[in-house]
Amino acid sequence: MLTIATGNKAVATAVRDAKPGVVAAYPITPQTEIVEQIAEFVTAGDLVSQYIPVESEHSAMTACIGASVAGVRTFTATSSHGLLYMHEMVHWAAGARLPIVMANVNRALGPGWNTWAEHTDAFSQRDTGWLQVFVGTVQEAYDATLMAFKIAEDERVLLPVMVNLDGFSLSHIMQSLETVDPGDFLPEYHLPHAIDTENPCGYGPMTGLNDYFRFRWDIERSTRDSVGVIAEVEREFAERFGRSYGPTEEYRCEDADVIVIAMGTLGKEAEVAIDLLRSEGVKAGSMRLRWFRPFPDLDLAGRDVVVIDRGYSFGFGGVIANSVRAKTGIEPYSVIAGLGGQEVTYNDIADFVRDRRPGEEMWFGVSEDV
Amino acid sequence: MSAIPKEEYLLKCTSACAGCSSSLCLRYVLKAAGPDSVLVVPACCTSVIQGIYPGTAMNVPVYNIAFAAAAACASGMSNAFETLGKETNVIVYAGDGGTVDIGIQALSGALERGTNFLYICYDNEAYGNTGMQRSGSTPLGARTTTTPDGKPTAKKDLDRIVEAHNPPYMATACSAYPLDLYKKVKKALSIPGPKFIHILAPCPPGWRYPTEKTVEIGKLAVRTGTWVLYEREYGKLAISGPSKAAMRRPAPLEDYIGAQGRFKNIKPEVIEEMRQGVEQNLQRFAREEAGVC
Repeated sequence: MLTIATGNKAVATAVRDAKPGVVAAYPITPQTEIVEQIAEFVTAGDLVSQYIPVESEHSAMTACIGASVAGVRTFTATSSHGLLYMHEMVHWAAGARLPIVMANVNRALGPGWNTWAEHTDAFSQRDTGWLQVFVGTVQEAYDATLMAFKIAEDERVLLPVMVNLDGFSLSHIMQSLETVDPGDFLPEYHLPHAIDTENPCGYGPMTGLNDYFRFRWDIERSTRDSVGVIAEVEREFAERFGRSYGPTEEYRCEDADVIVIAMGTLGKEAEVAIDLLRSEGVKAGSMRLRWFRPFPDLDLAGRDVVVIDRGYSFGFGGVIANSVRAKTGIEPYSVIAGLGGQEVTYNDIADFVRDRRPGEEMWFGVSEDV
Repeated sequence: MSAIPKEEYLLKCTSACAGCSSSLCLRYVLKAAGPDSVLVVPACCTSVIQGIYPGTAMNVPVYNIAFAAAAACASGMSNAFETLGKETNVIVYAGDGGTVDIGIQALSGALERGTNFLYICYDNEAYGNTGMQRSGSTPLGARTTTTPDGKPTAKKDLDRIVEAHNPPYMATACSAYPLDLYKKVKKALSIPGPKFIHILAPCPPGWRYPTEKTVEIGKLAVRTGTWVLYEREYGKLAISGPSKAAMRRPAPLEDYIGAQGRFKNIKPEVIEEMRQGVEQNLQRFAREEAGVC
């Protein structure tokens, strides 16, 4: 069905269509519309689900953990401080191998209070064992959320998935949205280690050194296996519903001398900059990074690379810039831009490309004299 | 006692300390609950007592969860079982630190939401698993490893906090009265909605008394009126048998205090303050029972 929706509503609609048995809900700007919309779906009977209005994000993730291991599909949504408040349980969900799906509406962290887009919240969960995808459009927010359940619940994966969308610049903007009937694209929830009182087991008890180490390796092994599963699921989605996705979204990269790498809405903004640069004769392309974990292999050989980071690792550098450097050996021009919702236009991105200084780092709009 | 099932759900060879009363209680809790039950355990002594992977001393599924998270985990589980049409008992078995301190927010939320579960706090009045540091539930004057001179403030009144949520059933119990505990768990599990049982669980290494005195110390807590056994069904108070006598004529408080090393060298004025606390508490219960509150 073709409609128009905000990024938040697209996520909520995908959750309706995925039919989770339990949704844990706690509000936080700019995510709130997701849990409000799901409450409306549940109240109207469009989604038959237990809606748990928890008292904190820590409890939101914990309630999902309890419900997921009890044997139902679960979903929650959060942002920024909410994500940080549940951090302990974010680790727990992955360690417990529970296929929970969570939308994270990317937002800056206080102090000072700032509710605008930034990726630091998601970056701070980098090593939790969650798979993380960043989306750039309303349609993609819907599609990625639906696919997230299938990827997470695949027995070769059994890891939670975080769907990241930029606060306000995607969560609150309206674009066209085509919803689908997932049908058997999403099979019934089946967790091989679900609680069974006929077969009583201890979950997560005291664990010796060797067993613990093996469990950690199992997470990494499944994360590696998830690369193939993600590709399978995205291919099946394309075959069934006609929209294709991959680890990156490439735009005019084929003959490009210089490639812009960014995530989320800045990655879409970069496409406009590419058209502008191409009209000036600059052979530029955009490679919007979709999957942050597992981090994809990137083919960038022989090109200049400009990385725009909407987050930073203090004392070390741009998170994506350093990841690209580590993965490819290429020294990118590292642009730190868009923190706290700072406006970054396609003209600015075109300037980053025109003025690129590979190997250097630039904080957009900040003079070192200040 | 003949009514108590012979089936064991807490098996032999646990890692509990000698004289551990919380594992004694758990044995009766599980006998009352039966096999269609799931235990949710936050970080506490029971995390250790159940044994080390891949072994388990429990004959029901046990879900271990982070310290602050037990009630929220049970909440999700209970709602999931409802979705699946299962009537499995969801029982939290948590220590006092995980209940009155770090876990109280999740507990309050789960109670307020009307979660269908039974939350049991076994209270050994300190962080036992980490070696007896004070908790909010440590009584006035008790020495712990973080209150070497005795705790300067009174025990947090957890039950009145829970009571403020108006659960359909709440009760206190003590390891020295297992039949009373068994009956209370049975009754709790027969009632839909949030249920709460607060068990006083004396701890030999923490309270510093000989292991064979565990039952005796529990009885002294009740006989001196320091611990009052009661239940509250839909708000209505009923004092339990063993505490009725104590309310009429409590045994001398010194019998209880003097039997425990954690109160060694306690100052007379602190004992006096404790006595006043016990008296006020007993009077409050007596007034409520008499309908004068």
